[in-house]
Amino acid sequence: MELNDLTIAEMQDGLRARKFSATELAKAALAAADRAKVMNIFITETHERTLAMAAESDQRFAKGMARPLDGVPVAMKDLFCTKGVRTTAASHILDAFVPTYESTVSANLWRDGAVLLGKTNLDEFAMGSSNETSFFGPVENPWRKLGDARSRVPGGSSGGSAAVVAARIAPGATGTDTGGSIRQPAAFCGIAGIKPTYGRCSRWGIVAFASSLDQAGPMARTVRDCAILLQSMAGYDAKDSTSADLPVPDFATAITGDIRGLKIGIPTEYRVDGMPAEIAAVWDRGAQWLRDAGAEVRPVHLPMTKYALPTYYIVAPAEASSNLARYDGVRFGLRVPGTGDLTGMYEATRGEGFGKEVRRRILIGTYVLSAGYYDAYYLKAQRVRSLIARDFQKAFEQVDALLTPTAPSEAFARGEKSGDPISMYLNDVFTVPASLAGIPGMSVPAGLSGNGLPLGLQVLGRAYDEETVFRVAGVLEQAAAFAAKPEPWWVKP
Amino acid sequence: MGQAVTEPAPQLFDGATGKWEVVIGLEVHAQVSSQSKLFSGAATEFGAEPNSQVSLVDAAMPGMLPVINAYCIEQAVRTGLGLKAAVNLRSVFDRKNYFYPDLPAGYQISQFKQPIVGEGEIFIELADGAVRRVGIERLHLEQDAGKSLHDQHPKFTYVDLNRSGVALMEIVSKPDMRSSEEAGAYVRKLRTILRYLGTCDGNMDQGSMRADVNVSVRKPGGALGTRCEIKNVNSMRFIQQAVEYEARRQIEVIEGGGTIAQETRLYDANTGVTRSMRSKEEAHDYRYFPDPDLLPLVLTQAEVDAIKATLPELPDEKRRRLENELKISPYLAKVLVAEKETADYFEVLVAEAGKRTGKKPAEMGQDSANLLVMELFGLLNKDGRTIEASPVSAAALAGLLALRLDGTISGLASKEVLAEMFATGKDAASVVDEKGLRQVSDTGEIERLVDQAIADNPKQLAQFKAGKETMLGFFVGQVMKMSQGRANPAVVNDLLRKKLAG
Repeated sequence: MELNDLTIAEMQDGLRARKFSATELAKAALAAADRAKVMNIFITETHERTLAMAAESDQRFAKGMARPLDGVPVAMKDLFCTKGVRTTAASHILDAFVPTYESTVSANLWRDGAVLLGKTNLDEFAMGSSNETSFFGPVENPWRKLGDARSRVPGGSSGGSAAVVAARIAPGATGTDTGGSIRQPAAFCGIAGIKPTYGRCSRWGIVAFASSLDQAGPMARTVRDCAILLQSMAGYDAKDSTSADLPVPDFATAITGDIRGLKIGIPTEYRVDGMPAEIAAVWDRGAQWLRDAGAEVRPVHLPMTKYALPTYYIVAPAEASSNLARYDGVRFGLRVPGTGDLTGMYEATRGEGFGKEVRRRILIGTYVLSAGYYDAYYLKAQRVRSLIARDFQKAFEQVDALLTPTAPSEAFARGEKSGDPISMYLNDVFTVPASLAGIPGMSVPAGLSGNGLPLGLQVLGRAYDEETVFRVAGVLEQAAAFAAKPEPWWVKP
Repeated sequence: MGQAVTEPAPQLFDGATGKWEVVIGLEVHAQVSSQSKLFSGAATEFGAEPNSQVSLVDAAMPGMLPVINAYCIEQAVRTGLGLKAAVNLRSVFDRKNYFYPDLPAGYQISQFKQPIVGEGEIFIELADGAVRRVGIERLHLEQDAGKSLHDQHPKFTYVDLNRSGVALMEIVSKPDMRSSEEAGAYVRKLRTILRYLGTCDGNMDQGSMRADVNVSVRKPGGALGTRCEIKNVNSMRFIQQAVEYEARRQIEVIEGGGTIAQETRLYDANTGVTRSMRSKEEAHDYRYFPDPDLLPLVLTQAEVDAIKATLPELPDEKRRRLENELKISPYLAKVLVAEKETADYFEVLVAEAGKRTGKKPAEMGQDSANLLVMELFGLLNKDGRTIEASPVSAAALAGLLALRLDGTISGLASKEVLAEMFATGKDAASVVDEKGLRQVSDTGEIERLVDQAIADNPKQLAQFKAGKETMLGFFVGQVMKMSQGRANPAVVNDLLRKKLAG
């Protein structure tokens, strides 16, 4: 069996049994990365560091002092600051930025022995749903439509992380999810990914997009692998005032395969007009799988759903417009002198440093916070956000988890939506409500479309109840038995 | 409060069209006394090498997050309680967005709609003894910005981020002041209270306290005029000068047929004038919104009560106690409480003197106050020293006071002893012994001197006998002179009366 085909759980077993070494795993991963360059998955490769970390893992195995994730290669979304390794947020404005510090989430992974496998591409500052806004160019989805050689987008913003896992380069990767940036690319690339409850993972050291929404999470090929990674990533961090001071449960043991008696809600409002029949079908199939497994499936109402997307596109840009003010050319990152005076320097630096989508969102955010517009936009959006959260609370009084499609379509072709921001934003329609409510959501591969492209189902749970989410997702995964792999067209014979 | 408040005596300015009244409100920025910054662990020491006290958070590096410094919160609550203000159990930190090189994040974390402290009050006393109440509108916490250095390079501005993130309390008064004197008295009183509380060191020359001064003018009793805000005035004197200049300027504009535009102005201490900085139209749109990196700040009443229990006695209460319980004159009491260091010194002085003499504070309060204010202050002033740098400690001064109260030395000798203590740092008893200044109360020895004085001055004796009672003083003086000031004046008086009458 190919080392790269192994899941994290299998790698852990093999490493412990000394069937292969961390260095062998690292070399296999690096070789796979080299073969897949055409997909533009990595912004920064870290060959030396990868091998050095793997060697350290091997030493610990030799001493019998191995840690939980020792030797497991993990690709990091290039939004996590990594000490001594360039961290760009896929932006020109940070394209030479090398942090002197390590994000809490990545530090937690290294503490447990994981091996850094490069920094993956993303939408610039995580703003996008297709990975086409990256300053470093788009990432290509390893999956292609049957009989169509055109590039498909991997989804976004964690497109590089989704692709690196789907292409069997890394068994797992980190993502961040602000409005669906883990779940939608996971669905587009046929892998699993969870956005945990807001506050479960520390945001310290993650380049901020929208602070009240940003949340880190794992992406891997199995539900169990996601649980294993999240176990290391999660935990209270005194450096992040919004991180939750709660014990981290054992996520993997929550995957019991038994959901008998569990109540699962199907939100009626998610059956949107014009939903493709294939999406509706996979959703119905998912509901049936859960019923077959002994769950009680029933419709629930989330009446505020239709306001979620407009609310999100006020709150997130508002926070972003402020969060991105620090990229001013003064202390770090790109500086373009412009006309030479202060305003000229600001304008030239930010004008050249930020791409079109980032500039668009800064403008939207600045607008909705401006005097005279604040009440009509930002304040109202915050009120609606509370109502959306209340919708979920009420639903969770009746059911233990919700089942929805992850995205309204399969992966689309590159360029198909990039000229139309509204249609691009609509990609987040099923993921954004949970982001606004701060609740956990996981995407699991549920099958292939008629075009041979993966489709995902989303499980939503109560705040801090990732365990139920994992449990339900595990049952879906088992029922779906998703074994399809993308054809490795990128490997030259 | 039970303070007798006097109606405002407005400072009236003469204009061509008659009298004008000035209306003043102050926003004082007081740096919180704290070892570390409001949202980071970086140090706050004054005068450190540029950019040596800057954490990753203060420099707004990507991915950095603020964490509230609990001590700064406690200090703000303490200040609120000291200003007799309502403490808001729930407050919110907002972002105030604007671009400037010394503002690394592109926003300042401040409190806009929900400050930590609400309405309170301060009582000020004016030169004529009038007491005025000035309302406090609010107190909120915010971060300071860094400092732009424009004089380090011909073409570039340098930025020092040491101050970036330092905790400030912005204390906003109501527009309750009606004269430059009141504005000055307000800032002085606020400073005193902050220093009593230990929440701000009040060092205006180090920038620990600075004020934005809002000034408008109106015809006495008329509707409020349009105000101008004079930014960042950093001394008591400048605050008063800025008010005076600004009031006159506004009167001139209005009487010249113009109108006052709401604007931000700067006070130039060199020329004594204010000039326009930016108009209302140019004012920033700060796009305030709640900082999503910080949860709302929630305090419990129990936490507030616990802080309240540790509040020190504040100047107004102390002054009342000094007057009522220690029987100290209003003037001296006012002087004693004006500076925390003086008040602290005085408390030790009274306590130590009590230990030495067994007397109750009320029996020696006035004597203690007199010794400190009338005598030690004189020596300190002559030397240009503050009370903290006094070579005579409170305990040492109490030693002197005790010798004086128990009659060991005379009041006259006491001055000499204090001067020697001041010069040498020796204690009172040693100086008295060395100089042989111990007062003579031995009637035998004094009787001998009295007899001699009477024998030496027959003419004066005759005058006394003829009914000129005031000649007693002459004889007392003679005896004191012969004893080199050591004779106990009470004993001398007694004996003289007896002998002269005989």
